[in-house]
Amino acid sequence: MNITKNIHEWLFSLMPEATASLVEMALIAVIYLAIFAVAGLYLVLLERRVAAWFQLRLGPNRVGYQGLLQTMADALKLVSKELTGTIKADKFLYNLAPYFVIVTALMAMSLFPFTKEFQAFDINIGIFFLIAISSIGVIGILLAGWSSNNKFALIGAMRSGVQTISYELSVGLSLLTMVLMTGSLQLSEIVEVQKHGWLIVQGHFPAVIAFCIYMIAGTAETNRAPFDLVEAESELGAGFHTEYSGMKFAYFFLAEFINMFIIASIATTVFFGAYLSPFGITESIPLLGIFWFLIKTLAIIFLMMWFRWTFPRLRIDQLLVLEWKYLLPLNLMNLIIMALMVLLGLTIQF
Amino acid sequence: MSYFSDIYNGVKTLLTGMSVTGKYFLHSRKGAITQQYPDNRATLQMFERFRGEVVMPHDEKNEHRCTGCQKCELACPNGSIEIIWDRQIDPETGKKKKMIDKHIYHLGMCTMCSLCIEACPTDAIKWAQNFENSVYDRTYLTRVLNKPGSKVVPGLED
Repeated sequence: MNITKNIHEWLFSLMPEATASLVEMALIAVIYLAIFAVAGLYLVLLERRVAAWFQLRLGPNRVGYQGLLQTMADALKLVSKELTGTIKADKFLYNLAPYFVIVTALMAMSLFPFTKEFQAFDINIGIFFLIAISSIGVIGILLAGWSSNNKFALIGAMRSGVQTISYELSVGLSLLTMVLMTGSLQLSEIVEVQKHGWLIVQGHFPAVIAFCIYMIAGTAETNRAPFDLVEAESELGAGFHTEYSGMKFAYFFLAEFINMFIIASIATTVFFGAYLSPFGITESIPLLGIFWFLIKTLAIIFLMMWFRWTFPRLRIDQLLVLEWKYLLPLNLMNLIIMALMVLLGLTIQF
Repeated sequence: MSYFSDIYNGVKTLLTGMSVTGKYFLHSRKGAITQQYPDNRATLQMFERFRGEVVMPHDEKNEHRCTGCQKCELACPNGSIEIIWDRQIDPETGKKKKMIDKHIYHLGMCTMCSLCIEACPTDAIKWAQNFENSVYDRTYLTRVLNKPGSKVVPGLED
């Protein structure tokens, strides 16, 4: 994009190269931080409105037009609240945990190709990096549960550990199924391949199965209902963030929604052609890529909200049975089918 | 081979659930049960079986259906209903007859159990659907249900 190129040249003319690139990195980080703080806030609002509609309610519609300022007001309230903590908490880890969660969430965001140019960090191990980063977040949750010195928090954190370790396999394998078709882990190349039809169309039957498995495992990965054993309100109070208040609680809350956005963005990038428009209708206007990316991501987020407000919470043993007895064998089978399909050239390409 | 049929049934039931909530989502604009209360104060109607307070309906000739049999007073578990009555001469027949002077209802004590309404043989009292029952002085909660100068509907006891 032209603006970024101008800023880039201006910075490099002003300073020595090393400082300039550092300043540029900081600028990009600040921009991403701002965008995703706002995105997180509006996802919270969207969740609340959608939840209300699923339950035949109206949801928050008083603060601003249709409640658009509701989460802003909530955030203001949370900022002004006192940060309480327990005496016996491990102070250092207790304070570190929320940043762990939010920083990993924000780091993962930098990889997504919103348009062809609008991608902060395009490394050749993109998908692998995303999976790695998204499972670091669980360390933050474990830290929070452990350092709170509270049995509910600890149980919640341990459940989160079990859940993430299990479902990480399914996320990885279902994405690997798709990587078989692209032959590359780099996100920009994955999008490039999809110019001949989105991968879910190219891979037809096995790709749909992979998408279903990815959605189930991805929902589990973000600790959302029906896999919200981590914070199961009725059993654990609030789970791992029981002892957190004010802005530290808000970090966990925001991270949950940004994680949801990340899971949906990965699905968009890998299955639905990221910023590519359907049938290439707006290929001449590259800026509309952001629009298509967000539309697809929001559709998948809506699907996850639909899950959340329909299905009851799983028990811990059901959770593990679902992963180890159903999703994993199916996934491996699917992987073999996909490999055979790619080998025999049965994929659909336009 | 129940493994694959289990998966099929699982997916099918999940999709059934999602179709139900999906229908709710689509109809939520019209079918929302939330009432935006102070805004629609003028038009808000409570549902038919709502128990707001006990009232005694009067017809246009200022006649009610209470014969003063006191069954409601006896049925009331905590004495929320008091009936003050005496025997008066019925102007039509010229005989002495039991008539109510005041049917007093203490809303502040009422538990909305509806036993009085079930006990009433002539359907003289019934539930009203109003819900704005808060007042600044609790003496306002003691109400006389029959209007001043009202009479019982003639021929009710025959």
